[in-house]
Amino acid sequence: MACFLVPTAEAAVVTVVTKIVEKKELKKVHVDGSVDEVVKDETEKIPFSRKLKWLTNLQWGGSLLLAFEHVWHGEVVPWFPFLSAMSDPADAAEMFHEMSTVGVTMALLTTTVWAGMLVVANVIEKRKVSDTESVTE
Amino acid sequence: MTLLTTVFAAVICTAIWYKNAPDNKMNLGLLCWMFWGASLMWLVDAIFEYAELKAEYFTPAPADMLNDLFLGLSVIALAMVIWVVVLLIKDPKGIIKKALTKKNN
Repeated sequence: MACFLVPTAEAAVVTVVTKIVEKKELKKVHVDGSVDEVVKDETEKIPFSRKLKWLTNLQWGGSLLLAFEHVWHGEVVPWFPFLSAMSDPADAAEMFHEMSTVGVTMALLTTTVWAGMLVVANVIEKRKVSDTESVTE
Repeated sequence: MTLLTTVFAAVICTAIWYKNAPDNKMNLGLLCWMFWGASLMWLVDAIFEYAELKAEYFTPAPADMLNDLFLGLSVIALAMVIWVVVLLIKDPKGIIKKALTKKNN
């Protein structure tokens, strides 16, 4: 009914977090407190902001296509309150139940898949470092 | 059926993206993210529906199947339209910019 709103909300929060992390990564803080702007990180490590973008891409993309499905089924309408279930209290209760079950599971699954991607990325990064070390030895 | 259509689209897009990687001038990553995100979300939907309907879930009425297929294809069309619009706006090859700034002879 409106299950896609849960991953959409998570995507919005993560997008804000990504912007904050991105700003922090671009600033290099010295011990004395002075701040240098870093144009580009030349290290092999993938910045955390980029990893966060994987999650937002997954959630925004999925939510967008699911929103279309809800329009298709007449569950999202172009007039206020935009959700057809909101016009009836019984339907609204059912919608909130679906959001708390299906919606939350959707957000959890996408986040779990992203966590799996992080693990794989870390393994690849470590492998790259050990390969470089063995070449220099 | 919608889940199946989206999963196929996701796999095909990922294979094409991988074939062209690391060159990502066609911005295929965007399509991959959209299709995989939707596939994961519809998988959850399918699991909940299966828990409710049990084996009946695998024997949908032909009319429902057709409607779901139609929806799946429409979803793919929407995703591709979004991808083309983003590609033309970002214009990674500079073709649109060149065409717009080209002087008439």
